[in-house]
Amino acid sequence: MKSKALASPYILWMVIFTIVPLAVVAYYAFTNSAGEFTLENLANAATYWPTFLRSVGYAIAACVICLIMGYPVAYVIAQTGASAQRILYLLVMLPMCMSFLLRTLAWVALLRDTGLINTFLGFFGVGPLPLIRNAGSVIMGMVYNYLPYMIMPLYTVIVKLDPRLIEAAQDLGCDSVQTFRRVILPLSLPGIVSGITMVFVPAVSTFYISQKLGSTSDVLIGDIVERQFKSAQNPYLGAAMSLLLMVIVFISIGLMNKFTGDEEVTTI
Amino acid sequence: MSKELIRLVNCRMDFDGETVLDSINIYFNDSEFLTLLGPSGCGKTTTLRIIGGFLQPTSGDVFFDGVRINDVPPHKRRVNTVFQKYALFPHLNVYENIAFGLRIAKVPNKEIDERVTEMLEIVSLRGFEKRKPDQLSGGQQQRVAIARALVNRPKVLLLDEPLGALDLRLRKDMQNELKRIQQQLGITFIYVTHDQEEALAMSDTVVVMDKGRIQQIGTPEDIYNEPKNAFVADFIGESNILDGIMRADYVVEIFGRKFRCLDRGFEPNEPVDVVIRPEDVDIVPADSGHLCGTVTSVTFKGVHYDTIVDFKGFKWLIQTTDLHRPGEYIGIKLTPNDIHVMKKSAYSGMFGDYSSYSAEYDEINDPDAVIGGEETVEEALNNEE
Repeated sequence: MKSKALASPYILWMVIFTIVPLAVVAYYAFTNSAGEFTLENLANAATYWPTFLRSVGYAIAACVICLIMGYPVAYVIAQTGASAQRILYLLVMLPMCMSFLLRTLAWVALLRDTGLINTFLGFFGVGPLPLIRNAGSVIMGMVYNYLPYMIMPLYTVIVKLDPRLIEAAQDLGCDSVQTFRRVILPLSLPGIVSGITMVFVPAVSTFYISQKLGSTSDVLIGDIVERQFKSAQNPYLGAAMSLLLMVIVFISIGLMNKFTGDEEVTTI
Repeated sequence: MSKELIRLVNCRMDFDGETVLDSINIYFNDSEFLTLLGPSGCGKTTTLRIIGGFLQPTSGDVFFDGVRINDVPPHKRRVNTVFQKYALFPHLNVYENIAFGLRIAKVPNKEIDERVTEMLEIVSLRGFEKRKPDQLSGGQQQRVAIARALVNRPKVLLLDEPLGALDLRLRKDMQNELKRIQQQLGITFIYVTHDQEEALAMSDTVVVMDKGRIQQIGTPEDIYNEPKNAFVADFIGESNILDGIMRADYVVEIFGRKFRCLDRGFEPNEPVDVVIRPEDVDIVPADSGHLCGTVTSVTFKGVHYDTIVDFKGFKWLIQTTDLHRPGEYIGIKLTPNDIHVMKKSAYSGMFGDYSSYSAEYDEINDPDAVIGGEETVEEALNNEE
């Protein structure tokens, strides 16, 4: 009873700032400017399927790269001594303390044709290389911004791994590769799932990164939603797109949980 | 004669400049049930981990079947371990936990099935194949851990306090179970425990350790009846440890009285530690006792009473089936069998209540008579056999 009472501020918060806005989005998605019920918005939104596809594709690429880069980092941090562990963890968190916009703009300054990297390369007669305004730079921007969200849950799971399980695997004949594949990896699956979720969800709906680091052909669904609400003055279509995006996210998470086995996965 | 399987030669282990093991020399025979026994921090688990390959000794050698294996990693050793708190794989069910080692060894599926089933039979866990470890009780998890190790048919099974987390009743059952499995399969068991009763009940050989050193190696009977020093005497069972002086072969002086004993080979008048087990002491009426004292407290233990008797400031523990109430003035009788003499060691004076020992016993009228002298030493030795 008491614990329920303590949760009430959060529940109130949820109702006001999550449930109500969601209802508003749903309302807009199914109405037109005259306030009548319509499915037209959703039908229009669906015509943007190449953009949806691109968003999902970029987000998946960012997830995979984050996982490949983040896992070894999380593992090394989890294995180091307690004091070094705190410092390393702080280093991972540190970029998140700076403005997301600022960090993305900093990459523009680094990557553009007259930027730091190309200027430096120019001294050796190389370049300018096309480092910006392409799919690669957008995905890189996602990886850079969301990598900590991958490392944190992985670290949390790996640090709790019982070292005796690793010894048990060695005892039963596993070399280091087999130990990793058969014990460490399966046991860090919950961390992998929540890491992927935490990277995928913001990556699939991002707009700023693609605007700053991408070309016109790298427009993502987040950009189009933003455009509907701001310049295009069509919140009905924007709401329908948001709703569709939400469905895609839920389906993706559902699929992932199904593949990884439902017992292991506790986080969404 | 069983053959030697593992030998540790001059093994030393330092952690952060602290010596955890100091010149350990020991060998393990094939098909033997050997227990490393000692208080926590004595180095017994470290010794086990060196054999398992999880630690490399700072100096010294480890031999397996005559081959030096210091640098052989755990997964290449023909040794399996039952870990403290089991370390079962939480993501695998009982069947897959047991099959784990066989899958790594690429044993054909059909044979895996046969061997896992056989193991489940041995540890009586048929029908639990599909359960996850967290759906099992402590005792069941314990048996999975044993099956997971044994299914690989190791030459040696290492067990690190395997019964520590179980309640008393289950522990007794598992002791019998383990002993039965060991005899059935004929595998060498190296067993680590701090529970002396467990060690005595299960082992062929007991190795008593303290402070990184081996204190004594012997059969359970040897360790109990002939402890080498005050530490072993105190750690294995209850002991009254007294200061004594070896007046001659087979004659030891305690409390200013000479007692006939079965020990010899000491220097004349050498100070010694004398062990008297609480259950060996006979309580008699005060007027016929060799020593007399006052009962100060009695604790009922089920099988016997723990009776504390004050002999002029020196308190003895005596275990007796007869009730003697506090305040009662009683005598005790000692036969040569009841007295065990040990050389003085670094542990002398640390155990047993003899700090406040008083040499003057006015009850003793004839200090020169040798008590127990009516029985010859040869007879006493025969009686002991």
